[in-house]
Amino acid sequence: MAQEEKNVPLLKMSNIEKSFQSVKVLKNVKLELYEGKVLALMGENGAGKSTLMNILMGNYHMDAGEIELEGKPVLIQSPIMALRLGISMIYQELNPILDMTIAENIFLNRENTFVHTNFVKEKYVNQETDRLLQQFDVARKATDKMKELSVAECQMIEIIKAVSYHSKIIIMDEPTSSLSSDEEEKLFSTIRDLKAQGVGIIYISHRMEEIFNIADNVMVLRDGEFITSESIQNVTRASLIKNMVGRELSDMYPKTKCEIGETILEIKDFNRKDMFHNISFQVKKGEILGISGLVGAGRSEVIKAIFGLDPYDSGQIFLKGKEVKIRNTQDAIQSGIAMVSEDRKAYGLILCRSINENISLAHMNQFCKGIFLNQKQEKKECESIANRLNLKRRDMGQPTGDLSGGNQQKVVIAKWMLRQPDVLILDEPTRGIDVGAKTEIYSMMCNLASKGIAIIMISSELPEILGMSDRIIVMHEGRLTGELMRSEATQETVLYYALGGKNNE
Amino acid sequence: MSKNINISTIFRKFGLVIILVCMCILVGVLSPSFFTATNILNVFRQVSMNGILAIGMTFVLITGNIDISVGSLVAVSGVIVGKVLESISGTTNVFPAVLAAIIVCTCLSLISGSMVAFFKVPPMIATLSMMTIARGMALVISNGQPYILRSKMFAVIGKGSIGAFPLPALIFIVTLIIFWVVLNMTTFGRKVYAVGGNIKAATASGINCQRVILTVYGLMGALSGLSGIILASRIGSGSPAIAEGYEMDAIAACVIGGTSTLGGTGKLQGTLLGVLIIGLISNALSLLNINSYWQQIVKGLIIAFAVIIDTYTKAKRG
Repeated sequence: MAQEEKNVPLLKMSNIEKSFQSVKVLKNVKLELYEGKVLALMGENGAGKSTLMNILMGNYHMDAGEIELEGKPVLIQSPIMALRLGISMIYQELNPILDMTIAENIFLNRENTFVHTNFVKEKYVNQETDRLLQQFDVARKATDKMKELSVAECQMIEIIKAVSYHSKIIIMDEPTSSLSSDEEEKLFSTIRDLKAQGVGIIYISHRMEEIFNIADNVMVLRDGEFITSESIQNVTRASLIKNMVGRELSDMYPKTKCEIGETILEIKDFNRKDMFHNISFQVKKGEILGISGLVGAGRSEVIKAIFGLDPYDSGQIFLKGKEVKIRNTQDAIQSGIAMVSEDRKAYGLILCRSINENISLAHMNQFCKGIFLNQKQEKKECESIANRLNLKRRDMGQPTGDLSGGNQQKVVIAKWMLRQPDVLILDEPTRGIDVGAKTEIYSMMCNLASKGIAIIMISSELPEILGMSDRIIVMHEGRLTGELMRSEATQETVLYYALGGKNNE
Repeated sequence: MSKNINISTIFRKFGLVIILVCMCILVGVLSPSFFTATNILNVFRQVSMNGILAIGMTFVLITGNIDISVGSLVAVSGVIVGKVLESISGTTNVFPAVLAAIIVCTCLSLISGSMVAFFKVPPMIATLSMMTIARGMALVISNGQPYILRSKMFAVIGKGSIGAFPLPALIFIVTLIIFWVVLNMTTFGRKVYAVGGNIKAATASGINCQRVILTVYGLMGALSGLSGIILASRIGSGSPAIAEGYEMDAIAACVIGGTSTLGGTGKLQGTLLGVLIIGLISNALSLLNINSYWQQIVKGLIIAFAVIIDTYTKAKRG
């Protein structure tokens, strides 16, 4: 710290104020970032992290405050200005142009960087892109189309793009939310390289492990106010959570023991060409089954097929001992299977419609009086579930698009609570959700398990898998490679199977 | 409940009513014959055909689709009526003719709907092909010549009144009420919104989206048939060349009424106001003796204006 104080900070933001429609979202916030350092920016959803970063990127204009770059005051009015000043940002929601090539995406609007004409010189652009791809160890060609890439690869391209601007400051907003562990490691080594080159990085993430792995300093925002900024050595997990939430969280994973009963769902020899092979497993009453594996291991594909969203080539599904045929989602829901997708905006919610309509969507028939919908009863029941899940809202008619990530996820879960399912499948249930809401979702899962629901949870966060599952199965490249009971599972054993198990010994 | 009422929320909620009232006052001042009972009832009679089409179009747009074949279907409907009445001339029973027209139009629309729902043809293209096919069918059936409809019974549908109230307007209002109930009070209505709002999430919630889309197109066809029957009755002929561009008026009414072409949102109340606004423009311009060609320009401008307002208010919220 003492050494840093002598240096002029790379970036200094002070007394930042910002209001939206008379609501103060940032109050007197300060931030200091030094050359070659990673500053972790922490806080619950709605704490003001994104607003602060959007001000830095010129997307929003601050009401008051100063920004200094290397000691010189600057005025950032647009993202283009921010880029010119050497600040770039990797947004949480990627927006690649899918029909363009990697090179075209990286050098979008900078096609003539290498030659000064308005004609695009593909050759140079592609050469430079290939060089960058090689540098970052991405096994792709500059001319590959973006739509062929996995989400993780798109993320890498986004990072490469930021690097290619020769930025002095890079903001990363949840960069690992869709990366698998080994891709994460690749990202961290990239970050270390960038640090060595003197780049300052502002790193936003909800994952504690990463913060302790990569950050030099941690800054916490809560309700738009600056709480602390400390060196990572002086921070513990507990103190960090306390600062973020404003109260002590006794246990991150409130797993309760509940009685595990008979087998509810059994999958036998599930196959889909190029996706997954010979998948067999069962889930029991009251059990939480964790499915672990790297991104792209085929976990989501398997459960989507079970739920009738995706096709499968062969295999059998048994519910409570009886074989069922699931051709579409109607069949699955009727059999008592419910699924919360990993992508709640695509498969979970109708963002332009109300909370009420979203919750009742899958079980409208419950409220039918003849051909009419009994809207009074519907509202009453939806509201009671919303209250039970502690859903923060203005009113039940509010569009779900207005809600925060954690509350949106609660709406999706509420949808399946209207009629208690036998099997609840949760695909990445806490992705992009703040710590407070995460623990709420965990205790909800325990509560549901205690009611006798069999729960299947896919998660890419190892601590979550280890903390919540009674039993863990692991997939690697479309095959089941291991099964572990809660007592015998450790980070190492799960990872060992996730990386292919015996074959890699 | 938000108690934060300001001018912009009032305008967002009642903007169309305000526009409609202002237009009425303006036209009333410029032309004294506007506020006469005859003229007002005449406006209602004139808008009923577009109104019926716009009801169906609202459903189609809410599901995130579009149907540009409705003008051609209106022509098919008239020609079928002519053909059936001709072949059973002598009786006063017009019921078979009316039923045949509605069934044929429904079937044609179901074909468009299948193309969209099952073969994933973009709705604009699917209904473009149906637009051409249906127009061709109307010409083939009628051999290119309009049928003269002499049945007095049939003429009642479009020209009759109950008391002073025009029958077509009554049909429009009854249809509007029925479809309002369906959209707002039944599970099917909810599914229509859900499919247009996010078809993937609707599927994942166990909704048979293909069936919803197919049904919505079927209803659009039936309503096109009904609209065509009223038109044929009013003008006393079943012509294959009639009703070109009717689809545009129907879409315009929905869009002015705030139904998003992106799907998921829209109200029939808005559509009613849109229908009245379009009807009023035509009526006012003709009362004021303005060249009818100008009507098209004015209509086009109003549509563009309505969509810009819609997009702007949405962008501000979202």
